[in-house]
Amino acid sequence: MSLLVNTATLVEKELRTEFRSRELLTTTVVFNLVVLILFSFAINPSVEESREFGPGLLWLAILFSASLMLQPCFLREQTNDTLSALRLAVSDPYAIFLAKLMANTLFLLLTEALMLPLFAAFYNVPVLPQLHYLLLVLFLGSLGVSVVGTALSAISAVARLRELLLPLLLLPVLTPVLVVSATVSVSLLDRQPVVQWKGIAFLAIFDLIFLTALWLFGEYLLEE
Amino acid sequence: MANFTPTGLRFENIDKRYGGLFALRRLSLEVAPGECVAIAGRNGSGKTTLLRVAARLVRPTAGTVSFTSGPAAGNVSERPGYVGHAAMVYDELTAEENLLLFAKLQDIPSPRKRAEELLREVGLLERRDSLVRTFSRGMRQRMAIARALLRRPSVLLFDEPGTGLDPVGITWLAKALREVHLAGCTVLMSLHGESEISTLATRGIRLEAGSIVADTIEGHAMRGILTLGA
Amino acid sequence: MLKRIVFAAVAVGLVVAGAYAAFFIAPTERTMGNLQRIFYFHAATAWAALDAFFVCFVANLLYVWKRKRGFDAAGVASAEVGLACTTVVLITGPIWAKPAWGIWWTWDARLTSTFVLWLLYISYLLLRSLIDDPDRRALLSALFGIFAYLDVPLVFFSIRWWRTQHPAPVIMGGPGSGLDPTMSKVFFFNVLAMHALALFLIAERYRLERMEEEVEVLQWEAEAQ
Repeated sequence: MSLLVNTATLVEKELRTEFRSRELLTTTVVFNLVVLILFSFAINPSVEESREFGPGLLWLAILFSASLMLQPCFLREQTNDTLSALRLAVSDPYAIFLAKLMANTLFLLLTEALMLPLFAAFYNVPVLPQLHYLLLVLFLGSLGVSVVGTALSAISAVARLRELLLPLLLLPVLTPVLVVSATVSVSLLDRQPVVQWKGIAFLAIFDLIFLTALWLFGEYLLEE
Repeated sequence: MANFTPTGLRFENIDKRYGGLFALRRLSLEVAPGECVAIAGRNGSGKTTLLRVAARLVRPTAGTVSFTSGPAAGNVSERPGYVGHAAMVYDELTAEENLLLFAKLQDIPSPRKRAEELLREVGLLERRDSLVRTFSRGMRQRMAIARALLRRPSVLLFDEPGTGLDPVGITWLAKALREVHLAGCTVLMSLHGESEISTLATRGIRLEAGSIVADTIEGHAMRGILTLGA
Repeated sequence: MLKRIVFAAVAVGLVVAGAYAAFFIAPTERTMGNLQRIFYFHAATAWAALDAFFVCFVANLLYVWKRKRGFDAAGVASAEVGLACTTVVLITGPIWAKPAWGIWWTWDARLTSTFVLWLLYISYLLLRSLIDDPDRRALLSALFGIFAYLDVPLVFFSIRWWRTQHPAPVIMGGPGSGLDPTMSKVFFFNVLAMHALALFLIAERYRLERMEEEVEVLQWEAEAQ
């Protein structure tokens, strides 16, 4: 119980801190936009190709922007050594991770929500018909990105070249998320939409595995 | 302030290695409940590491740290109050939001009241709605102390608590420490040289290269311990 | 010392014997001819790589639990050997693909997964190079190693189930393509040989790592005087 209460308190802190400045959100949204536009410059897709490749490119943009957005996660706890204050205050260190990954998932979803209409327009992909399924995939995929990203950002915060290290650690580990989310999204947004439940189940399992791994090993990630 | 249940600290053969450097080397120390120990030593002698090990923020390479007597005895999850070099509060939150956050995390009853109480005690009540980012060094130090005192811990660890405080601040800190000490709290504080704060110490130890080289319990003079080569 | 020499001799002997068997004992494959012989190395090495990474995983878990430097040394040794084996797999793949299909790379499910595996363990080694404190390096790389290994089955299955929609040239025949009994024997012999070699290399690398540690300790002690 204490874990849930602590997590709720910390989520509130994460949200309050971010919404006060909104720097992370705005930069992430803009970066996503830039990436999507650059993709279309590089590939110059036809209308049909846009529809086919669009969802994959959307997920690629999400991954790239997440690997940047997740860097301050633990870095900002270093400035005033607030991480030590948190470690002293909470009874279960998993609360620190849970709160951060929930907040990060929320930030990613907000970014995606803002991106979706623009994506639909640029890549000529009608997203409304399958919106509920699309949101499910976005949620499970973003959760996966956040869980792994939050864990690895705790690791990279301690190393040299941390800005380069996080994407390097994160992107290979997230290949399953990219593959499955992109594929499921493509078939959802196809002219003949199909809901790939196997893929959705896979994403859920991915999330569960890493949530459990983080629960088992989280305290060691914070150890000095 | 409420009375604390006296709690002691025991360090047994603590080693802390960072690569080739031994920050702490076979350090053993028994702190009796209610003692106020001043820890002196040059920069790099291991004072900060010792305090962080006591706070359970740093895991020793070897050896154990434990609480003796008191309700916390043998309780591994008991946490002392700790004031480190950094403020350990969030710049982007207000003074009140910070204390409220840490009060809630530690399951303190009536967190809002307790936060207000502490803000008043450290003299920051009028700045309760200001972001900590706007605070001076001295005000941050007071915030750090307020945060450490939230749960009324029976053990307090201070790493150079006087840094950043002006003479008025130092007098206030000395008074606060005296009250806490009189109530039975065990205090470990690292210091540089003599000051109003060091007069509160009932015991002094000196660290050099991670080991204890002098201890008033063994008859060494407090003055010598505090001022030698500082 | 004698033990090491014997081990080396056995491992190398097995590999040479395996190579001989692959070239002279195994029958020539019907469709691809002699080119197919590279399969024995390619697949056997892939197997050895996966097992090396498993050893790494176990070493990582043991380090987090026991905090003995030996487990850290075992982890880095097996990761490096696994990575070397994986590199061989990634190189022998195209060597087969070019003459067989005319293209250097095919997004064959297994080859693609192997590439991701390669990336994961390169990241593991890069992470290690970027943390200076040995104890922290050992702990954090062990934790990353654990996460990476948990990812391995997820990588393989996600690519196998969702990246083989397009008909793509499959390296070494798809799963379930039956092997002639002599070929099977040669194959499993090569698997044994590659495992022996990998094990030998891991042991040597482990030894080297422990020796480096000792030298480091002596250096620090000398500096401290």
